[in-house]
Amino acid sequence: MTVTEFTPFASSLGGALIGVAAVMLMALNGRIAGISGIVGRLLPPYAGADPVGAACIVLGLIASPLLYQAATGAPVVQTVSDQGGLMAVAGLLVGFGTAAGGGCTSGHGVCGIARLSPRSVVATVTFMATGFATVGLMRHVIGG
Amino acid sequence: MRHAVNFLVGLIFGLGLLISGMANPAKVQNFLDLAGSFDPSLIFVMASALAVTFVGYRLVLRRERPVLAERFYLPSASIIDGRLILGAAMFGVGWGLSGFCPGPAIVSLPLLAKGTLIFVPAMLAGSVLAACACRERPRRPARWRKPSSESRNPRAVLFPGRPRQSWYNPPANPRCD
Repeated sequence: MTVTEFTPFASSLGGALIGVAAVMLMALNGRIAGISGIVGRLLPPYAGADPVGAACIVLGLIASPLLYQAATGAPVVQTVSDQGGLMAVAGLLVGFGTAAGGGCTSGHGVCGIARLSPRSVVATVTFMATGFATVGLMRHVIGG
Repeated sequence: MRHAVNFLVGLIFGLGLLISGMANPAKVQNFLDLAGSFDPSLIFVMASALAVTFVGYRLVLRRERPVLAERFYLPSASIIDGRLILGAAMFGVGWGLSGFCPGPAIVSLPLLAKGTLIFVPAMLAGSVLAACACRERPRRPARWRKPSSESRNPRAVLFPGRPRQSWYNPPANPRCD
């Protein structure tokens, strides 16, 4: 496992930007900034509205690391597991789970809780709990 | 104009994920590792994002309508059912295994890490699979179909056999969340 530094200032600043983006989207376009829902609008069976709008948000997300690197002159630091099987299973679980549960960290965890939606509170407590349990099991029981 | 706003929102959201450290799966997994290399940074991401959104939404939702759209598109579902809990539970397991949730995974695409390039297609496939689970039903004989407008709503059809109520919300008192 990779040790990471505790970054309260940068994390609060980044969190505030996420909040600003969510409020902007609601104020101007009237939509919830839930990334799993936005991505879902681009996928079959195309049940959601405004796929072009969703595509623009996704393009903005994809452009952000390029802007970040151009502005800071430093590469983005990240450690992604390169275990293919694990990442494939994790991807399937995240995709299926967020589509079935109607949201992810942004949709339920930020926008939903900000609206005091009981569904979002329950969903966030649930995915936090299974997230903690999964990492705990993986690192301390199975010993990853 | 609306789409320029969408792009800008994606950009700011992505920068927020990058600056906060949320786009680094190792940091997310360390946050989830209470017994080991616990990194509490993500509490600050969540608290700060929530504080801004909580206040911002209260100001914004007082308006009649958004600036560039005809209405606010707010989720109308209010039922806490097995699908919500099971879906969220599955998501949490995948989140713990990889350190990725959907936003950071998409943001990481141009960084071209091998794990990201495997994770994102799998995530899209999982999302389509879940959405397709709701498409199974209309193939049944017509007399079994619900003729209501609900059948056009994928959320309502995903597990249509179930009663649309739960211990949390008795049907007599429906509310919008």
